[in-house]
This record gives sequence, structure tokens and C-alpha cells, in this order.
Amino acid sequence: MSTTTVAHHDEHHDHPTGIMRWLTTTNHKDIGTMYLTFSLIMFLVGGSMILGIRAELFKPGLQLMNPEFFNQLIGVHALIMIFAALMPAATGFANWMLPLQIGAPDMALPRLNNWGFWILPPSAILLTLPFTLALFGVGDGALATGWTFYPPLSVQGGIGVDFAIFAVHLLGISSVLGSINIIVTIYNMRAPGMTLMKMPMFAWGWLITAFLLIATIPVLAGAVTMLLTDRHFGTHFFDAAGGGDPIMFQHLFWFFGHPEVYILLLPVWGFIPQILQTFSRKPMYGYKAQVYSLWAIGALAVVVWAHHFFTAGMPVPALLYFMYSTMAISLPLAVLFYCWIRTMWKGSMSFETPMLFTVGWIILFGVGGLTGLVLADVAADAQYHNSYFVVAHFHYTLFAGGIMGIMAGVYYWLPKMTGHMYNEKLGKLHFWLTAISFNVTFIPQFFVGLAGMPRRIPDYALQFAEFNMISSIGAFVLGLSQLLFVYIIISCVKGGQKATDKVWEGAEGLEWTLPSPPPYHSFTEQPVVK
Amino acid sequence: MQGMKKLGVGAFALFLSLSARADFTWNFPEPVTPMALDTLHVHNKFMLITAVIFVVVLAIMIYSIVTHRHSKGYKPVADKAPSTAIEIFWTLIPFAILLLIDFVIMGIPAYHSVVMMEDTRDQSTMVIKITGSQWRWQYEYLDGDAKGIKFVSNLATTDGQMHNAEDKGENYLLEVDNPLVLPVGEKVRILMTASDVLHNWWVPQFGSSRVAVPGFIRETWVQVEKPGVYRGQCKELCGKGHGYMPVVVNAVSKEEFAQWANKKQDEQKAASDVKEMTKDELIAQGKTVYEKNCAVCHQVSGAGLPPAFPALTGSKVATGPIFGADGKYQKDSHMDRVLNGKGVMPAWKATLNDTEIAAVITYERNALGNTATVDAVVQPAQVKAARE
Repeated sequence: MSTTTVAHHDEHHDHPTGIMRWLTTTNHKDIGTMYLTFSLIMFLVGGSMILGIRAELFKPGLQLMNPEFFNQLIGVHALIMIFAALMPAATGFANWMLPLQIGAPDMALPRLNNWGFWILPPSAILLTLPFTLALFGVGDGALATGWTFYPPLSVQGGIGVDFAIFAVHLLGISSVLGSINIIVTIYNMRAPGMTLMKMPMFAWGWLITAFLLIATIPVLAGAVTMLLTDRHFGTHFFDAAGGGDPIMFQHLFWFFGHPEVYILLLPVWGFIPQILQTFSRKPMYGYKAQVYSLWAIGALAVVVWAHHFFTAGMPVPALLYFMYSTMAISLPLAVLFYCWIRTMWKGSMSFETPMLFTVGWIILFGVGGLTGLVLADVAADAQYHNSYFVVAHFHYTLFAGGIMGIMAGVYYWLPKMTGHMYNEKLGKLHFWLTAISFNVTFIPQFFVGLAGMPRRIPDYALQFAEFNMISSIGAFVLGLSQLLFVYIIISCVKGGQKATDKVWEGAEGLEWTLPSPPPYHSFTEQPVVK
Repeated sequence: MQGMKKLGVGAFALFLSLSARADFTWNFPEPVTPMALDTLHVHNKFMLITAVIFVVVLAIMIYSIVTHRHSKGYKPVADKAPSTAIEIFWTLIPFAILLLIDFVIMGIPAYHSVVMMEDTRDQSTMVIKITGSQWRWQYEYLDGDAKGIKFVSNLATTDGQMHNAEDKGENYLLEVDNPLVLPVGEKVRILMTASDVLHNWWVPQFGSSRVAVPGFIRETWVQVEKPGVYRGQCKELCGKGHGYMPVVVNAVSKEEFAQWANKKQDEQKAASDVKEMTKDELIAQGKTVYEKNCAVCHQVSGAGLPPAFPALTGSKVATGPIFGADGKYQKDSHMDRVLNGKGVMPAWKATLNDTEIAAVITYERNALGNTATVDAVVQPAQVKAARE
């Protein structure tokens, strides 16, 4: 792969226009934009599904839907949020920003890049089509097993399970393609002088994410394929009657599923320190320590999976091993928190929207991390497991730690991408609405979980009523606030105050040396990093 | 900003008014087993530790946010990494504290809790078997006073309450027809299994939960220290009835337990006697059995929920012949389906007795809009023969 590029003239627009531009594009910014747009749309789809759930749970009794439909909504909500909202958002940022940050003209494998994106919309359709088919009397709706596909329930399920299995296959292929592209780009296309240890943190976060994806997606693909053959071809991988074991599926699933949590978070851990250094106007603290911590978390991610099903029954040594290894994750994570806060410390901070989201993110993700520490305790986990406590915990890590991080990134880079400043006042309003309503939604869920409410139930006992009502009110405010987010993005794309090249006073890095928006082919001359 | 403050005050006032009238619980319910007590202590301790960490770190952040501001003209101090030995020492202190919290303050008690939780046999005085199935629990006493007692525990909340047609009772969704009865103070070893999909038997006040896996036996134990009625529910998604399979345990003194066991054993013996019944008697009893066990899927009317749960009204299985020329029941006949199940339909031979199966089959063939012309009445004796 050549790292020097032929000088392109920005003006020679020989690429097609209209819909064909987007279908055939191999440009990293176009593809990045498509990923981000797709992610935003699916975020709203997945969000409206959960608002249906929260409306049903507003008070005891069955009001809006039957339990079957309820079960379909919870599982598809999770799959959409994880695979179709969070992961594409991170890949979208990688497409947009990696070449800019490492001084490359484009991604290394542009055609693969195009294919990686265009697999996504069909798989999103596959995932949601069974809802529509059921309206026409075909099948009994979408996947109703929760996003985890646990057999034997998933063997018993209807066509929704098959659709979801194929959707997961396609989403997995897309992720692996994206990962290969990112690894190849990072290893081959860095600007001269940019050694690995001089790389922007975002590139580090994504590099480790890409390795994790390539290591674990095939295991998920294998597991759901075994499920498919159990369903249709009489194999008994997960059926005790034929010598199989339903719990084996859980081992395979979570061998993917736990690293998946870090796959969602590592890209965010990459750009959060960059935002912090920009708005603290001082270099990020402990670059090397952060890189080593990211690697440590990447390595630990693949050896702790069984803490997701302590209650399924395991020998005592296995329980102890998975408990202590899970606790060990808190060590590199604590190093990261230390470095993030030290970057703020004695800086010269200003609080534009990206910084607000970042500071909120550190605090709320901290809550997710600390409650995770308690969940590692096997004996206490018998109580927390599958209760609303766990639901609250993982929304602190994946909504606060994932989606709010992505939002920080959106506000941070939107002026660079569009060439316009977004509306700062509305951005701040969006932050406060999101942060407050998020807590109103999920703090009650910690308590209702401790009180004994299991997750994934369509109706509940009367003692859980008040907390659920507060949680539902919070969820609706949270959901509606995101319409403001959409409005801010659309009006920023359409116009607004012209953004400077550097956008932020304290911004450092190659992406800020290019005009806003950057030219169609990013770096026609590779910059040299000292 | 003014608007935000008003909103905040409003939300706080709403919260206060709610907490004034509502009965909020902020922690685990009162523990009644050694396991639950241990869990509560562990939980309280960990929550305190994490709360202290959270508050200290947040305070440092807030101090920094207030002090180190661009708008106050604070000049940044560029420190990229610890450089002097003292600085490295101070950086390692929080790391060392965390190491201590993880593997000593939390790690050591956690070790003992795990060992205690997994020790199901030591000093256990009785054994019960719990089988989860869609969507009910089946209890069987394997030894001691209550040896041989076996019954099914179904949700007792009415359909009307769930669909808001009637007022909801105090124990809405957490009430059953036959609670599990356990003696106080005895360590009860529980063998857990399932007949169809994964389930999880959970009573929050007991602090133990274990997944019931079809085809495997899992173990756990409880030792209830205080008489009372304890309620919980299934906590592993098990299909559409997942929210409707509560656990109710009635913990009584050893004497009461022995009395209950005697009474139950006599009842069970009487029920297992096979006697000739009239068609009307069978239909009357069959209606009760049907509505308790079958109506969840096939509906009270018999209309089912196609395609997953077929209608019984007009069904070939429920109206076609049962017995062949040799007097034995045929494959895929009504009897075969009820006894052995097929696909999603569970096998009932282990759950219902001869009389109940005869009654429910007769009911399905003569009610729900059906009038079977062949084998319209099935007698308990025929079911007994069919099992052999």
C-alpha cells in the first residue's frame, strides 16, 4: 500500500450525483456521513420502541400491548441500539475522522468500506420486518427472546428468530469488514513521523476495538448458526435430550457479548480525552498509561464473559475466577478515570456543549462502573442478576457511557464536518435535558431492582408502581429531548455561523489543520508529524 | 436557565409528594435466610465504599470545574505525565487503594459468601425438587415428613385484574393457588430443573436464585429463619407468561409443617385412587383444570392464539378418535398430545394425575364449542392404562 498519493484536484467532481453518489461512493466522508445518519435514524427507531415499553409499564396492568409483543420490543430495542445505533455511530466517526487524524487521504480499502455500510440497511430491515409481516398474518412477530437469543426459548420461537439470526450475521459481516479496513488504514496510512505511540487516542481506541470485533464476531456468528441448525435441521447443540447443553450457548454468546461492551465503549474512550484536552487547553494526561490501559481492558474483555450468567450454575473455582478477573477490570479503568480527571485538573476549562457532555459522561459512566464492581460479587449477583438493578447499571454504561459519549463527539466534530457552528444554546439545553431525564429514568430502576422487580416482565406487582411511573416520565422526557438533538444537527448541516479551521481554541491534531468542512479528498499532500 | 431551575424545583416537589404517599423501598427487602442476610451486608458495605469513592472523586471534579476555568482566567499548567518520584508515588496511591478494595475488602468476604452459597449439602436436612415449566412451578418433596408430596403452583391472579377490569388485589401477580410450604430453621437443599425452557426460581428475601435448565439438575439451598409468606417470581425470560409465574413460599414451624405434610399426603392418596366418574363430573372438574393450566395459551374460549397456540375449538386432535381397534391410544391423538406434548405443547403426564387428565380431555371434547362423536368420554382408568 502506497502512503504517497496522487494529487487530486478538489474541483474535479467526476463522481455521480444524487442517489448514485451515495450508493457508489468510496469516499470516507460520504460513507462516514451515511453511517452517522443511519445510526441517528436507528437510534430514534430503537428509542420509540422502548417508549412503547415504558408506556406499558407506566402503571400496573396490561394497557397497550400483549406480553408477546412486549417481549418482541425489548429484544429488538436492544439489538437495534447496540448493532444499528451505537456501533455504526462509532464506525461513522472512524470513517470521518481517522483519515483526518492520521493524515491520510482516505481509508485504505474504499470499496470494502462502501460494502460495509450498504450491508447495514438490509439487516436493519431484516430485524424489523417480522413486525410488519405479522400485521399481514405472516409469522408471529419479531424475536421475542430478548437480544441474547437464549435457547431453548429461541429454539421454540417463531420466524422472528430466524430473521434476527440473519440480521446478526449481516451486521457481523459489516463490523468485521469495517474493522479490517480500520486496522489496515491505521497500520499503513499514517503520516510520516507518526509512530504508533504518537497516534491520536481515538485511533488507539478503534484499533483495539477492531481487534476485539475480529476476535469475537465469528464466535457469535457460530453460536447463532448452531442455533439455526438446532431450529431447522435437527441438531442438538443446545438440547440436553440430544446430548447438548443450553448453557453452552450462553458461554459462546457472552464470549462475544462481554467484549461487545468494550467494542461499544473503546472508541468513545478514544475521543473523550481529545475533547478533554481541547476544552482544558492542556495536553492529555498520561498518554502512555491510557494506551496501556486500553490494551489491558481489551485483553481482560475476552476472559471474563461468564459473569453474565453466574446464576446459571458453575463450579466454585470457575465462579471465583470470573469474579476476581471481573474485579480486575476496575484497575485499568481507574487509570483511565484518573487520567481523564487529571487532564481537567489545573486546565483552563470552558464548557461548550461537547465539554458538558464529556463531564456528564465521566460522572454518569462512573456510576455505571462502580455499580459494575458490585455486580462482580457472585453471591450478591444472585440478587442483582436479571433484576432492574442490572438494567439500570448497563444503561449507565451504554446510554451514559456510550450514547452520551457519541453525542459529545457529534458536537465536537459537527462544525468540522459541516463547516457551520451548531446552536450553542440549544446544544446546552439538549445536554441538561438529556442528563437530568436520563437520571430520572434510571435511578428509580436501581431501587425497583433491589426491591425485587425482575427485568423483561410486561406487568408488575403493586409495590413497584411509583418507581416505574417516575421512570416512565423520565423516559418520555429523555425521548422527546432527542428530537431537539435531531433539530440541532439538521439546522447545523443547513447553515449557521461559519466554522474556522481550528473550530475550538484549544484543539490539537491534524484534523484541525484542514478547512471546515475538509476538502473531498482529505490530505492530498501527507503532512509530516514531528 | 431560569426555566431549568423551575423544572428542577417542580420535579423535586413531585418527587416529595410521591414519596409522602407511596411506600418506597430503597434497599433489599428484609432478609430471612443466612444467604440473604449475607448479601444485604455485602451490598450495604459495597454501596458505602462505592458511594465514598464517587463522592470524593466528584468533589475533586467539582472543585476543578469551579476553579480551573477559562472564564476566570486560570492559566493551564501543562503536566503530561508524572515525572518525579513523589508524583509517581501519589499517582500509585489511588491505584493501591483500589487494589485493596477489590481483592481484600471486597474480595475476601466475597470468597466466603461464594463458598457458603455453593455449599448445598452440608447440614441440609431435607431435599425438594423444583421444576419450572411454562408458566408454573412444580414442587416435589424427596425425603422426610413430606416425602412423595408433589404439586403444581399456578398464578392465582385473575385475568380481569390483569386487564384492568377488576380492582387489583394486594398481592397482584404475586399470588398462587398452592404455595410451597417449608419448615422454619431447616436447611433445605433444592434441586432445580425445567421441562421446557430456562426459568429462574427467585425469592428476593431468600437471596438465592438459580437458573432451572431443562435436562440438567442445578442445586441451591434456603434456610428460612422466620415464619411468614414470602413472594418472588421467575427471573429468566421464558416466553409470554414470564411475568406470570410467581413463587410463593409459606414458611411454618416444624410442627405445622408435619401436620400439613400428613394432610397433603392423605389428600394426594385419595386423589390418586382411580374411580369411575360420570360425564358431567368429568366436565365440571375438567373446566377447573383447563382454566388453570391450558387457558394461558389456548384461551378460556378455546380459540387459542394462532399460529403459535392452535385453537381447540373444532380441532381435529380434540374431536378425532383417541383409541385404536386394540384399545390403545393412537399416536397424535388427543391423549398422546396431553400426556406427551409436542413442540411448544408441554407434556402433562408428570404434572397432572389420572383424574385430572381424564377430566380435562373430556372437557375439551365436550365444551369449548366441541362435541366429539367418538371417544367423547375418557375415564381415569383409561388414562392410568395409557401411562403403562
